[in-house]
Amino acid sequence: MATIGAVATAPLRAGRAGERSGTSIGFLVALWAALAFALVCLATLLVTAFIDGYPRLDGALFTRYSSRVIPETAGARAAILGSMMVIVTTALMAIPLGVAAAVYLEEFADPRRWFNKLIEVNLQNLAAVPAIVYGMLTAGFALTVGLPRRVVLSGAIALALLILPVIIITTREALRSVPAEIRQGSLALGATPLQTVWRQTLPSALPGVATGTILALSRALGEAAPLLLLGGLVFVTYDPNGLMSGFTTLPIQIFSWTGQPQVEFRQVASAAIIVLLGLLLVMNALAIVIRNRYQRHW
Amino acid sequence: MSTLTAGGGSSSGTGPRRGNSSIDGPSIQRQSARYGERLVMGFLISSAGLSVIVTVGIVVALLVPALEFFREVSVWDFLFGTRWAPTFANSDFGVLPLITGTFWTTVIGLALAVPVGLGTAVYLAEYARPRVRKTFKPALEVLAGIPSVVYGYFALAFVAPVVLNNLLSLEVGTYSVLAAGLVLGIMIIPTIASLSEDALTAVPQDLRQGSLALGANRMRTTLRVVFPAAISGIAASIVLGLSRAVGETMIVALAAGTQARMVDSPTSNGQTMTGFIAQTATGESTPGTLTYNTLFAVGLLLFVITLIINIISIRLVQRFREAY
Repeated sequence: MATIGAVATAPLRAGRAGERSGTSIGFLVALWAALAFALVCLATLLVTAFIDGYPRLDGALFTRYSSRVIPETAGARAAILGSMMVIVTTALMAIPLGVAAAVYLEEFADPRRWFNKLIEVNLQNLAAVPAIVYGMLTAGFALTVGLPRRVVLSGAIALALLILPVIIITTREALRSVPAEIRQGSLALGATPLQTVWRQTLPSALPGVATGTILALSRALGEAAPLLLLGGLVFVTYDPNGLMSGFTTLPIQIFSWTGQPQVEFRQVASAAIIVLLGLLLVMNALAIVIRNRYQRHW
Repeated sequence: MSTLTAGGGSSSGTGPRRGNSSIDGPSIQRQSARYGERLVMGFLISSAGLSVIVTVGIVVALLVPALEFFREVSVWDFLFGTRWAPTFANSDFGVLPLITGTFWTTVIGLALAVPVGLGTAVYLAEYARPRVRKTFKPALEVLAGIPSVVYGYFALAFVAPVVLNNLLSLEVGTYSVLAAGLVLGIMIIPTIASLSEDALTAVPQDLRQGSLALGANRMRTTLRVVFPAAISGIAASIVLGLSRAVGETMIVALAAGTQARMVDSPTSNGQTMTGFIAQTATGESTPGTLTYNTLFAVGLLLFVITLIINIISIRLVQRFREAY
C-alpha cells in the first residue's frame, strides 16, 4: 500500500512548499483528469446504451425472434437462449480441462523439465492470441473432423479454447495461495498426492477457482469475434435445442443489429446490450460475493 | 510453490527432487499400484499438454489454407501490394491497405490509452488514499469487463455522431478510423492502468522514503524514482495493450468502415485486418475457395504480428525486471 501521506509527516514539513509549486499541482491535476476521463467514458457508455435501449426493453425483446424487415417487434429470444446454451456447454468443457491442467502445472510438474517449460511459455503466448484466431482454429478443426461449423458445439469449442488459458492462470494462482502445511499434513496422514489434491488442496482453493472461472465465463459470454468465423450465425428464428442445433448469441445479434442502417435496429441493439450487461452484472456480482464470503486468508 | 511427487505418476516420479518434496518417502512411492490414480494423472498431464496441441492446431489451421492462398498469389504481391480487392473480378491481394487501417486505429488507440492509463495508474498507486482507491479500482474493472461489441455500438452510435461531429465539429463520416481508434483506446485504458498500477505498487516503500528524505516532492519522487523502478511492468502493460488493439475485432468491424483503402488521415474510413476477417466471415464463405483462403492468409499475418509483439513483451519483462 502506498500511503505517501503517512510518510510525509512532521519531519518533511519543510518540503511541503515543493508540493505547492505550479508544476506539481499541474501534475496532480493531470492525474485527476486521467482518472476522471476513464470514469466519464464508463458513465457515458452506460447512460447512452440505457437511454437508447430503454424504450425497447419490453416483453417482445424476450419472447420474439429477430426480424429482417420489422425492427419494431424484433426480439432477442433466440440470442438469449443461444448465449445461455453456449455458455453452459463452454463451462462443461473448459472448467474440467482448465482445472486439471492447472493442478498438474502447480502441484506435480517439475518446472525444470523441458516439457513443462514449453507449456509455461506456450500458455503466456496463448493468452495473448487475438480472439478471432480461435475462431479460425475452430473453423479449421470443424472442417477436418466433419463437424458442422454453425452449431452450439462448435461455438462452445471456440469459446472454451479462448478462455482455457485464463482459467488455467487464475486456478494456478488460487492453488498457489494454499499453504504447503495443508498438503504436508495430508501426506503425513498417509493420503496419496492425488487424494491430497482432491480432498485438501482443491477444496481450499475453491473460492479462488470459482471467482476466476466465473470471470472467464463472463468474458466468453460477451465475446463475438471467434463465433463470427463459424459463419452466418446472424439470422436465427428458432430456439436452439441441442449441441448440434444452429444458434446465435447476444453479442452476435447486437453486432448484426448495430450494423443495420435503420435507427429502430439500433434501438433494439441497445436494448439487447442492456440485457447482456445485466447478465454480466449478475455473473460479476456472484464472483464478488464468492470472493468476499468464502475466500480464506491463510 | 510446492511440488508433490506423483504417486507412481509417470511424469515427475523420476524427476529430480525439489525443495519440500522430501516429505514423501518410499512409503508413498510404493502405493504406485493404484491404477485409478495413474489414469487421473494421465488426464491431468494431457489437459496441460492440450495447450501445446492448441498452439500447433492454430498454426496448422492457419497455415494450410494460407499456403493454398499463396499458391495463387505471390507473397510479395500480398505483403507489398497497395490495392486490396479480393472479391472483385479484377482482383488484387495487396494487404497494405488493411495494415494501414490497423496501424491508424492502433496508434490512435494507444495515443489515448497510454497517457490516460498511466495517469490513472500513477494517481491510484501514488496519490489516492486507500478509500478512494477502493472506490475507483472496481469502476475500472467494470470498464474492463464490458464486451467489445458494446464498445463498437458506442463508437458508432455516440462517439462518431455526437462527440466527433457535433461537439468537435469534425468532418467525419459514419465510419472513421478516428472513432474506432478512440473507442479502442477507451477499451484498453483498464488494461494499461491496472497492470501499471500493479507494477508501481510493487516498488518498495524504501525507495520513496529515500527520495522524500532527500527533499524531493511527490511529483519528483514519482517521476524520477518510482516510475523508472517500475518501467518493465509499465512497458509490458503498454505492449499488452498494443497487442489487444491490433487483435480487437468488433469495434473496428462496426466503426472503422468496410472499404479497404490506404488510410492516410485519421478522419478517413478504412478497413483493418480483423475488420476484413469479420466482414468476410459473416458473408457466405465456402471452405476451399480463394475467398475463404484469403481469410486465413490475413489471419496468419495477424497471428504472426501479435506473436512478435507478445515475445517482445515477455523479453521486456525479463530484461528490465528489478528484483527487490
